[in-house]
Amino acid sequence: MNPALGQQHPISLYLKIWAILFVLSTMSYLVDYFQLHGALRWSLILLFMLLKASLIISVFMHVAWERLALKLVLFMPPLTIVVLVSLMAIEGDYTFLNRVVAFMSP
Amino acid sequence: MTVKDNKAQQTDDWSGVVHDWGADKQAFDMPWGKLMMWIFLLSDTFIFSIFLTGYMNVRMSSLDTWPNPSEVFALNIAGHHIPLVLIAIMTFILITSSGTMAMAVNFAYRGDKRKTVYLMAATALLGGSFVGMQAFEWTKLILDEGVRPWGNPMGAAQFGSSFFMITGFHGLHVSAGVIYLSIIARRVARGHYEHKGYQIVEITGLYWHFVDLVWVFIFALFYLW
Repeated sequence: MNPALGQQHPISLYLKIWAILFVLSTMSYLVDYFQLHGALRWSLILLFMLLKASLIISVFMHVAWERLALKLVLFMPPLTIVVLVSLMAIEGDYTFLNRVVAFMSP
Repeated sequence: MTVKDNKAQQTDDWSGVVHDWGADKQAFDMPWGKLMMWIFLLSDTFIFSIFLTGYMNVRMSSLDTWPNPSEVFALNIAGHHIPLVLIAIMTFILITSSGTMAMAVNFAYRGDKRKTVYLMAATALLGGSFVGMQAFEWTKLILDEGVRPWGNPMGAAQFGSSFFMITGFHGLHVSAGVIYLSIIARRVARGHYEHKGYQIVEITGLYWHFVDLVWVFIFALFYLW
């Protein structure tokens, strides 16, 4: 692609993605409105979140049309965040258990 | 350039990556400003991820019950009690502003200066209204609900500190984006980029879409969870 020309896509593409994002946001709001609970609530929230995020990144930010070299720069480093989140989840559970033992036992 | 090189340049698989990095040329086929914006956004991803991870950690380890965001952010409109309604409106506003920004980038590359400026101004206005609603939300939370960074009447003290830290930092990003958009829109209107090209609009757009992207995560993980 010639960088001087930039991204050329029909406006209808953006309007479509916009409409889909609206529908997805409404659906994630409805998860709360209908007071869904437990695993169903969490999985739906995460599903809608990831769908919205991938649409914004791939179409609005044009990553779908970028070269693999840039995609690697963008998506490899955040994998370390997955490691951080898992470690902090384990640590949070451990702190919680210790607090239960220390502050709530007779 | 040899035939083999040409082929690698066109394919976008691993041999393309090897070509981009190995050939005697710049590795990323884009203006430096765009690449630097991507690098900045990558670092910002880490900042927001660390905030959200910290929030997850304190929420998991708290003995007190976590205040129910659905109730905390509910509003009474015309006698109806609607949960989380302001946050939903803010979400729709930010998505709409992302849509207008994407179209501004498109019209900029087509050379349609007038539409670009109007769409960027619309984006900035929507962003400004988002910040206004956030100010309203904070005021209500601080004055009416008594939420403080160190405690609140509804439950776990960490609720306030996570909330003010995460949404405050995001609000600062939106405010900075509104200023950034206004400056670039003004320069586009003055014909500043007629010879330079309109990549700057795409770069500004990347920042704005990122702000919307972060809100998607905050909305899901803080307000809905």
